[in-house]
Order: sequence, then C-alpha cells, then structure tokens
Amino acid sequence: MTRYIIRRVLGFIPVLFTITLFTFALMRAIPGGPFDFAGDRSLPPQIVANIEAKYHLDWPLWKQFLSYLIGDDLLGEEGISKGVIRGDLGPSLRYRSQSVNDIVATTFPISAQLGFLSVLLAVLIGIPAGTLAALNQNSWIDYTSTFGAVIFLSIPNLVLAPILIWIFALGLGWFPVAGWGSKPPYLLGFLPQLSQLNWNYISHAIMPVFALGTASAASIARLTRASLLQVIREDYIRTARAKGLRERAVIVIHALKNSLIPVVTILGPLFAALVSGTFVVEQIFGINGMGKHFVQSVGNRDYQVITGLTLLFGVLLVIANLLVDVTYAWLDPRIRYD
Amino acid sequence: MAVAELTPQEGETLVRKERSLLEESFIRLVKNKVAIISAIFIIVLTLAAIFANYVAPYGYAEQDLLANNAVPEWMLFLLPPGAENYANISDVYAFGADHLGRDLLSRTIYGARVSLGFAFVASLVSLLIGTLYGMVSGYVGGRVDDIMMRIVDFLYAFPFLVVVILLQTYFKAIERRGGASFFFDLNDKMGGMLFLFVAIGLIDWIGMARIARGQVLSYKNTEFVEAARAVGASDTRIIMRHLLPNILGPLIVAESLNIPSYIFLEAFLSFIGLGVNAPTPSWGIMISEAVEGLRSYPNQVLVPAIALSLTTLAFNFLGDGMRDALDPRLKE
Repeated sequence: MTRYIIRRVLGFIPVLFTITLFTFALMRAIPGGPFDFAGDRSLPPQIVANIEAKYHLDWPLWKQFLSYLIGDDLLGEEGISKGVIRGDLGPSLRYRSQSVNDIVATTFPISAQLGFLSVLLAVLIGIPAGTLAALNQNSWIDYTSTFGAVIFLSIPNLVLAPILIWIFALGLGWFPVAGWGSKPPYLLGFLPQLSQLNWNYISHAIMPVFALGTASAASIARLTRASLLQVIREDYIRTARAKGLRERAVIVIHALKNSLIPVVTILGPLFAALVSGTFVVEQIFGINGMGKHFVQSVGNRDYQVITGLTLLFGVLLVIANLLVDVTYAWLDPRIRYD
Repeated sequence: MAVAELTPQEGETLVRKERSLLEESFIRLVKNKVAIISAIFIIVLTLAAIFANYVAPYGYAEQDLLANNAVPEWMLFLLPPGAENYANISDVYAFGADHLGRDLLSRTIYGARVSLGFAFVASLVSLLIGTLYGMVSGYVGGRVDDIMMRIVDFLYAFPFLVVVILLQTYFKAIERRGGASFFFDLNDKMGGMLFLFVAIGLIDWIGMARIARGQVLSYKNTEFVEAARAVGASDTRIIMRHLLPNILGPLIVAESLNIPSYIFLEAFLSFIGLGVNAPTPSWGIMISEAVEGLRSYPNQVLVPAIALSLTTLAFNFLGDGMRDALDPRLKE
C-alpha cells in the first residue's frame, strides 16, 4: 500500500508539470497583455514596456517559464520569484499589491468551507434517502426518493441558485441575498472560528450550500439505493438474519457498510463537480472564493493568477482521486494495489 | 407473435420468432411511459429548435426598445408586490421580453438550438473518438494497448473543466483579435459553437475509450470472433462488422447518460461568458443576463431556467429508461 501511494504521488509530477506548461503556454499565446489598459484608458507603449520588464515579460518564453517554475535566483538572475516548486505562485499582474499566494490565502478558506459543508449535506441527505428507498423498495418512499433524486440531478446549480434566492431571500426574506459569514483569522488556516459559528454564518451558508450540494446528494442517494439492493440479496445477509440478528443490526452493521463501498468511487468525480459548481455558486451569491476569482482572472488575463489557481485546482483534484482510491482499497479488502 | 398468424411453411421452420437483443430492448423501452413521454418531449423540442425560424414568433435578436422588460399580465403574480407601478405591462409577448426588448419565448426556442446542438455533437464526437480509440487499444492488445491506456490514464488525471475553460479563453481571445481564416468565419456563423466542439472533442472521449476497450476485451476471445478470423476476415472487418454491432448498444446508452452533463457544461460556459457569442441566445447566457434583475423581473430567469431543467430531466429519464431496457438486470 505504501509503495502504491508513493508511486501514485510520483506519477503526479508529470501531470502537474504538463498542466503548468499547458496553462503557461496557452495564456502567453493569447493576444493582448494584462497591461494594455489601466481602467478604461490604454497606457503609453513605453510605460507598458517598463511594467512588462518589471515582471520579466520581456524575457524569452522558456526563461519566463523556468523562472516561474524554479525561481529567479536558481537561474542566476535578479528577481523576486521563488518558483512554484518552493510554493511561490508569483505576483498578481492585475491586483499589483497582491501576490497569488495572498489571493489564495484569502479565498481558499471560504471555498473550502463551502465545499466541505456541501459534501456534508450531500452525505447526510444522500445516504439516508438511498437507504430508506432500498429498504422500502417499490413503496411510495422509494418512488419519492428516486423521483426526487432525478429531479435534483436535472436542476443545474445555475438554475437552483437564483431560484433559491428568489424564493427564500427576496420572497420570504429568511436569508441574506449574498455574502459569506466568516472572516479571517481562520482555525487551521481554513475553518471558521467557533465564535463566528452563529446564525449569521448559518444564514449566509444555507442557500449556497444547498445550491452546490443537492445534485451530489441525489447521485449519492441513487448509488446507495442500487448498491444496497444488491447487497441485501447476498448470502451473508441471509446468514446474519438466520442466526437471529435484529433487523437493524443486519442492515446497519452488515449491509450498509458494504453497500457504501461503491459510493466512495463517485466521491472523485463529485469533488470535480463541486469545484466547477463553486465557479457558478460563488458568482451568483457574491461569495469571495477561489471559484469567483478564477472566472474573473480569466477575463482579466491575469496570467499568474490563472496559472496558479489552475495548478492548485489540479493538485486538489489529483489528491482527491488518490484519497478515493486509497479509501476504496482500505474499505474493501478484496482490492489490493501493489 | 402468435403461431396462428404464420403461414404453415413458416410455422414449420420456426416456432417463435427470434428477436434480436435490440428489438427486445426496444419493446421494453416502449413499455416505460416516463421514458416515452421524455422521448416525445425531446423530439418536439428538437423539431422546434431545427425549425426555430418558423416556430418562434420573433427573431432572437429582434428588438423592440419600447418593450424592454415587458411583462404579460398573467405573469404579474411572480413579480414582487407593487409591480404594477414600475412594470411595463404588455401582452404582446407570451412570456415577456428581456432588458433589451427581445421576446423571451423566441430566445428560449432558439436557445434550444445551442443546447441540443452542443449536446448531440459533443456526444457524437466523444462516442466516435472514444469508441475507435478504445476498440483499437483493446483489440490490438499487448504493448500498443499498454501505451494507449497509459495516455488515457495520463489525460484522466487532468482537471477536465479547467482545461475546457482555458481552451475557450484562448479561442475567444484569438477570435476577438479577428482573423479572416476559414475556421473563424465558420465559428462566427455558428455563433461561436465550433470552438466549443473542438474544446470538448479534444478531451471528452477518455471515459468512452475505457468503456469501449473493456467491451472489446470481453468479446475478443469469443467463438464468433474466432470463427470470423478462421475464415480469413481482416482485422478491420472483425472490428467493424463483428465487434462494433455487439458493443455499440451499451456505448450509446453510456453516452446518452452523459447528455445532461453536456447541456450543463454549455449553460455553465455561456453563464461565465465563455460560451456562444452574443446575440446568439443560450439558456446559460439568458440566465446570467437576467440574474442581475432577479428582484424586479424573476420571469426572465424562470423561463430559460425551466426550459433548461425540463430538458435535462427528459434526457435523464430517457437515459435511465434506455439503460434499464438494455439490461433489465440493473433495474432489480
């Protein structure tokens, strides 16, 4: 198992390198630079040239890429870049007082909280709904749950978010329209402080978390139902019943545990969907998270922010996939990686 | 099929008419009411999209500046109380008009062109490339298979959506600079959809390739393939005539389950401004334009939002129905 993890982590390096190279090349190939305009005015060419020189945009591309990757001092040049390998994602070319690291530090905790709460909601709704549906197969509970799951799978978050705002914020006035309730400093770098976990936090979080999490809840419910239906027909369940275990023990200890194994496999794609969901949900709810920042930096052609955030999304996704595979093997002893 | 309906000669040669796997599946599908209603909905929507010029009461870019934000009387209940004082109440347009005075109904019908067109082309491209790649990899086997699957594994690790966003940013920026090449003209005529297809075609075949390879591996050593080889059929012939018909059904079903995610993707890209070009209407663009005025004119969000949700709902029901019909064991 350890060897497997090490091999997988080593496998990340070419993937992440290619993502960096690809993003870097694509962003540089786009016509028009980040300094073409200051506000609405276009800048005189000499000033643009000076600013570009400051950020080494006048260097040959391969040198810029190396500088971005390993830092200026290792290239034997003057400069501030420490390079991605040392955790420096470079300066933001648009918000010149901030580095990409600053932007990540302020926006990542919010996106992480939003994502974490959505996964929590998905699991807390999805697993019970799927279990109830499977245990009452072909009853009204089953039909309601299955039908509800298809409905929620079919409503994209860019529809759900405005409709939630319309009903619960504008119509009923229960929750605020936009914003997020926690402020830095964060516990462990991303968790809100306990004193901030009040109604203000909850009321801001409820709608975005629902908009982001219901589709995941629906897919978890569907998978749990299908998998549990398969498991309760297995011989060992009949054995458990035959030896006189209470029904609840049979279901919770024997059936549910095994039926959740396939559910783990969709956590990888689910995580990817969550990341893309934050782009929309953060935009609509005006939440200052990483997704909103990413979409905006694409429009601003802020090369460094795009490259940095892409790389970060890439790292998160490959780590999530690895965690899923490892958990899978850990839960199901029949699967062995070597 | 009753025996009595057969002529005596036929009755002697066959007792029960043999149905192919596909026929059996089709009969099961027809019995699924929800799937059939969904299929009818999709067909009607597709026809409306194709013949949008005739079906839609107005053009998608046709403006009536006096009618901006027009709301028909029957939709007033959706607006906040006191809307009579600010709203431009007019029954000229069935669902009202947007902030530029364009008919919402017509734009929604034209929007189906983009959504459905993208969904169909994207799934076709993914099916074509993925099937071919997966079949070759599985059929040839050995080192070729190893290398081809390594490439797939490598691509699989990429964050798909981020790559699509980057490619679209690139294409849009190149396009904005203008250039009189053939592809840019074509893209322009298609309202900016060509590059969406390219972006998706470059990446989205990976999952399909894996399924196709798995299917080929399970059929490769069966008797009928061996028999074909024994009588001297070429590899191309075995792949196209013997393997493909057997694996196509499951592949199409797997792909049809992807269609809602393509519709979401197009709406998402249009929503963040990386989809089709204005004034081509897409449900994603319509929602993103109307979200700003959500408080005053919720109808402008609701019309495209309902169209989008109903369409994906229909595709989900139909896809599930097709899967159940093809493999009833999955249904329990």
